[in-house]
Amino acid sequence: MQFDQILQYTLSGLSTGAIYALIGIGFSIIYNATGIINFAQGEFVMLGGLLTLSCLELLQLPLWAAIPCSVAVATVVGVLFERLAIRPLRQPTPINLVIITIGGSILIRGLAMLVWGKDTHAIPPFSGDDPIAIGGATILPQHLWILAITLIIIVVNKIYFYHTISGKAMRACSYNRRAAGLVGIDVKRMVLFSFIISSAMGAIAGIIVAPLTMTAYDVGVMLGLKGFCAAIIGGMSSGISTVVGGLILGVLESLGAGLISSGYKDAIAFIILLLLLFIRPQGLFGKADSERV
Amino acid sequence: MNFKIISVASLLVTMLFAATVFAAAPIRIGALFAVTGPAAFLGEPERNSAKMVIDEINKAGGVKGRKLELIAYDTTGDATKAVQLATKLIKDDKVVAIIGPSTTGETMAVIPVAEKEQVPLISCSAGSKITDPVKKWVFKTAQNDALAVGKIYEYLQKTKQTTVSILTVSDGFGASGREQLKIQAAKYGITVVSDDTYGPKDTDMTAQLTKIRGTHSQAIICWGTNPGPAVIAKNARQLGIKTPLFMSHGVSSKKFIELAGEAAEGIKLPSGKVVVADQLASTDKQKKSLMAFVKDYQIHYKAEGDHFGGHAWDAVMLIKNAVESGADAATAIRDQLEKTKSFAGIGGSFNYSPQDHAGLGKDAFVLVEVKNKDWAIVK
Repeated sequence: MQFDQILQYTLSGLSTGAIYALIGIGFSIIYNATGIINFAQGEFVMLGGLLTLSCLELLQLPLWAAIPCSVAVATVVGVLFERLAIRPLRQPTPINLVIITIGGSILIRGLAMLVWGKDTHAIPPFSGDDPIAIGGATILPQHLWILAITLIIIVVNKIYFYHTISGKAMRACSYNRRAAGLVGIDVKRMVLFSFIISSAMGAIAGIIVAPLTMTAYDVGVMLGLKGFCAAIIGGMSSGISTVVGGLILGVLESLGAGLISSGYKDAIAFIILLLLLFIRPQGLFGKADSERV
Repeated sequence: MNFKIISVASLLVTMLFAATVFAAAPIRIGALFAVTGPAAFLGEPERNSAKMVIDEINKAGGVKGRKLELIAYDTTGDATKAVQLATKLIKDDKVVAIIGPSTTGETMAVIPVAEKEQVPLISCSAGSKITDPVKKWVFKTAQNDALAVGKIYEYLQKTKQTTVSILTVSDGFGASGREQLKIQAAKYGITVVSDDTYGPKDTDMTAQLTKIRGTHSQAIICWGTNPGPAVIAKNARQLGIKTPLFMSHGVSSKKFIELAGEAAEGIKLPSGKVVVADQLASTDKQKKSLMAFVKDYQIHYKAEGDHFGGHAWDAVMLIKNAVESGADAATAIRDQLEKTKSFAGIGGSFNYSPQDHAGLGKDAFVLVEVKNKDWAIVK
């Protein structure tokens, strides 16, 4: 087994993992603010890609304008989703919420199928597609974009959650909703905020991966699941551990496909997911939660 | 006011329909296509083509003065649904023949129904087990996977390449291709040195390709349908793999070139002749049908007709020819179908016989190469 090959597997894994991480953080932000696992998260990834396509082709916008445009539209969809599907719920038990988000994802996917059709679409890469050699391995400029944008988003997230009032308020909600409400934090607004942030992040993830993986109305399902895996490995934290979770998942998948058998690529991801849920439901890095009384 | 207009209009429309129904009982043809779901890339062009050609036939006065009526249902690619809908077509809609289903799995499930109820079934799916062994009521228009594999191997043998790596998608289409690739290799003096798969929704295949690069095989054959092969083409370009890359007929539409972009250049694949219709020699028997199909599809749907749609086009034309020679009931249509000789359709030149219900030879495929964002025939 040559060093070149291992390097290539690792690099491919890291870039795929960065995408999983970005989607995974979207899951955990909503989970922390609301206690909901938003299974519609993958659909925002899909919306990001397809909306960019429409901005580029129908509205003839340049790429730098198309990206904020589609992130904005996807965010509006996220807001509508929260307003129309999550907020009106009278008894928000976890099972109700899970079913609603799954239903919402099917609805969004169905509408996307009607709007964009069933074909797969390609989006041009941000800055050419001439491979860059690193050692004996190669990556594309788009991979660098993915890594860089993921990094920026994580830093911005960190600043938001630890150094702004609304970020701190959102963290307060995640620790204890009732107590947060008692000290004057508008919990419902924080819930809305969490949907805004995570749908925007999902859309960004969808846009930066679309030039590599292409996009279609149904890409959200698999990417959403992988992102969920990453979030679980990271113990549903909206910080660095979910990112590490995503990267671990990506690298393991890639090494598994290369060294063991490509047939087991997805199985590896889901075996990790199941094992973690059984053995360490608090995540790979988390401390066991004490039961709330 | 508005209501009045609407009610009068709807009355007129109803009368119009009633009039056509009473004028001459149309010949009812059933169709089962996977218009939605994972096999929609097959079902949708098939439904479109079948509808288009039947409209054209009716516009030209029908067959022997009788109109054809298409009753098409969407199976969503689900075998159970396909069986239910097949029964519905036969029992409720009283169709004389069924076109479809789109996938091999569905077809295998529907075959017992067609056999029991004695209604001819013209499948649009490729699996060779559909007509092997021959079933009395079952025909098919899609080319066997075996023929496509043979076409690639023939070329490799001619260019003296003896080792291949195969990379197939883990669904029915890929599994069938993988089986044929492995079975036929020895016959052409070819060794399969590595055998990898990828998932239909996978977004990065650099791991598999890196592994393949390590085997130093002389050719890579990838068997799948969009978007996987486009991702593979891009990944191969990223890794700087210079080994010739072959694809299956599953991606022989412009969509593949559009998705893979630059990375598609130089890729070779076996394809139905439809994508290179205008490049065929004028002596080619299929040329007339192909050009008509491509032109019609462009007019009706503003899109490129592909060979999947061609399977349904062929099926409708085969039934039309049977009706033209005097058959209008299930049994007679079946007997006429079996007598079809050198019908030059989209998929190839069909010759059915009691021993052969697939009807196509190796000439159904041509090897094409992507050149300047278009297809070119490999001589």
